[in-house]
Amino acid sequence: MANMTDGIMPARGTSAPKVAFFNDPKTRSLIFQGLALALLVFVIFTAVTNAVTNLRNQNIAGGFGFLDQTAGFGISQTPIPWSESMSYGRAFLIGLLNTLLVAIVGIFFATILGFIVGIARLSPNWVISKIAYWYVEVIRNLPLLFQILFWYLAVLASMPTPRNSHSLFGLFFANQRGITVPRPIFEPGSGYIGIALVLGIVAAFVVRSWAYKRQAATGQQFPVAASMAVLILGLPILAYLLTGRPVSFAYAEQGRFNLTGGMTLIPEFVALTVALVAYTAAFIGEIVRAGIQAVSYGQTEAGRSLGLAEGRILNLVVVPQALRVIIPPLTSQYLNLAKNSSLAVGIGYPDMVSVGGTILNQTGQAIEIIAMWMGCYLTISIVTSIFMNWYNQRIALVER
Amino acid sequence: MQKCGVFGVNVHDDGAFRVPAQDNKQTTFRVGKAATMKRIVSTLALGAALGFGTTAALAQAPSTLRNIQNKGFVQCGVTQGLAGFSMPDSAGNWTGLDVDLCRAIAAAIFNDPTKVRFSPLSAKDRFTALQSGEVDLLSRNTTWTLQRDTSLGLNFAGINYYDGQGFMVRKSLNVKSARELSGASVCVQTGTTTELNVADFFRANNLKYEPVVFASADETIKAYDSGRCDVFTTDASGLYAERVKLAKPDDHVVLPEIISKEPLGPVVRHGDDQWLDVVKWVHFAMVTAEELNITKANLDQMLQSTNPEIRRVLGVEGNGGEALGLTKDWVVRIVRHVGNYAEIFDRNVGPSTRLGISRGLNALWTKGGLQYAPPIR
Repeated sequence: MANMTDGIMPARGTSAPKVAFFNDPKTRSLIFQGLALALLVFVIFTAVTNAVTNLRNQNIAGGFGFLDQTAGFGISQTPIPWSESMSYGRAFLIGLLNTLLVAIVGIFFATILGFIVGIARLSPNWVISKIAYWYVEVIRNLPLLFQILFWYLAVLASMPTPRNSHSLFGLFFANQRGITVPRPIFEPGSGYIGIALVLGIVAAFVVRSWAYKRQAATGQQFPVAASMAVLILGLPILAYLLTGRPVSFAYAEQGRFNLTGGMTLIPEFVALTVALVAYTAAFIGEIVRAGIQAVSYGQTEAGRSLGLAEGRILNLVVVPQALRVIIPPLTSQYLNLAKNSSLAVGIGYPDMVSVGGTILNQTGQAIEIIAMWMGCYLTISIVTSIFMNWYNQRIALVER
Repeated sequence: MQKCGVFGVNVHDDGAFRVPAQDNKQTTFRVGKAATMKRIVSTLALGAALGFGTTAALAQAPSTLRNIQNKGFVQCGVTQGLAGFSMPDSAGNWTGLDVDLCRAIAAAIFNDPTKVRFSPLSAKDRFTALQSGEVDLLSRNTTWTLQRDTSLGLNFAGINYYDGQGFMVRKSLNVKSARELSGASVCVQTGTTTELNVADFFRANNLKYEPVVFASADETIKAYDSGRCDVFTTDASGLYAERVKLAKPDDHVVLPEIISKEPLGPVVRHGDDQWLDVVKWVHFAMVTAEELNITKANLDQMLQSTNPEIRRVLGVEGNGGEALGLTKDWVVRIVRHVGNYAEIFDRNVGPSTRLGISRGLNALWTKGGLQYAPPIR
């Protein structure tokens, strides 16, 4: 009982003379906050010590030492080299990379599709706006896991067996085991191509900002898009030719069971990405529509009266203002997409939850693995939030 | 009894807790105005006690057997549906070799084989469910390994089915041996020894493969059936059990290689030896009953037997059952309600069933198999 009275004792001496100390709102709130804090600390303390005791009683070792042990299981999609003799830690890292891959690819395409859907819903063309309307209403009202399973089974069911693959020019193949493309082999000297690509991108953005400044100052226009494309694509191609074509391709061949030699996108990845993109795009479409409708129609009319083309009105007048409304809810959708990728476990895509679950099961380190999952998802989400908040601030209305 | 936490809540052996009487309350709070405070304090104390009561009781690790006797049923972790081992029928009744072990335990404790509740668990969730106390035992074709027996905090209570891992492929692929499988896609269930064995097998033979890993047995076999994989692998018994689920079972063939030892058996939590003994000896009792040729049908005759071994096993003489924390007639209860090992084997997976598995390694030791029970005396 010592603790409970301790919390009250000091307050008693300081209470106002006329009011009993426990009727003084200030004292009372202090007491309650103190008690709540003590209770919280006690709950956490008890839970932790009990967990430790229980684990010790059951002879389960704690800590993260298991991450160094040999994993011994295979993983179907490995962005970095993997063999069964590597550690659990690396297996988890591969799971994390697979999650990030789906999240990044998914966010990219969901944004594009979402903007198309959102703009299409506002289209004066009746057919286009109705298609977008039904797309949104159907997709966002079906559970995501169901959609993932649908796409997975649809992909598997509609594709031929590896021996009867659909093929395009004998270079690209599609079958039940995924989409196979030639695998690039980088020989010495191919590093210059990468450098050229980076230089091209930097140069393209320099040209863009120069052109904008010039246009603002003089009104003269510059073919920005074309020159950017030339710089980004042209420089690496030039480097490729100058360094003596150091990149060759390994073409897929028919093996006994599967195509061998090429690079394969596994159907689990395709199905998961398609499902996540389709689902999230439906929500983004509504967000975009809301954002555009939040910009008063007078802005569009003002653009027309200046003689701007419809596309330019959208680009230069409406969307920049709509973005201020769009970005905050869009951030939520990005976070949802990243977290929803954990449903991959339903179709056997080796994401962080799937691989982590295997590790959990093989080692029994449930608390550690769950802590790692939470840590990773939290980090991914917070980094996304920070970036989007920064972008939101950048495009925020500048008040003069 | 142990003191626990700063409130000095006493945790008693039965897992209950009592907050010490607050006899100094009058001195702490002023008389007359203490009513509100008192209510708040008692509410807080109750909240605290509820919050920690469960965890504190868990730390005590109470007797599983007594716990089961109190609640009136055995909570048994089984598969999500594996024909012959644990599978619900159309009426929702669970049947199978693993299910019958649970029923035998219930029969031994309650003299009623229906006092079991089944929790279908995926391979991935099964150990966590057992560790956390959600189920009293796993009877779920689980392979006994060193790592599971030690660092998972579990104990294996015996081997009720000797198995080994095999491969199933489509006949149209014309594969005759597992060594021809280089480059194949393999569908496998996560969290199993199967997943590790298949990696070992391909690595040891220097073959390439693409693992496609699913969380449940159903998803795994469905993906194989839809053509995602060339090979489906699991324990040999499971291959035969899952093959009947395929669209065209006759188009698939089980390869001759058995690549691992898979001793399957019931599992309990580490640290409760009495419960471990009960589970272990219920299995041994069924094997012993087969050995002594005690069956459901001849049980009443056997009770009249003059053979001292039979009399001892059936509890006519001696009190082995009471030492286990059960009753004298525990074996009688098991055989009457469930049967001996041969009976449950034949009924669930034997040659007359759809699975058609012969006794093989699971024959009694006297008939060239491995099933062997220590003497009940």
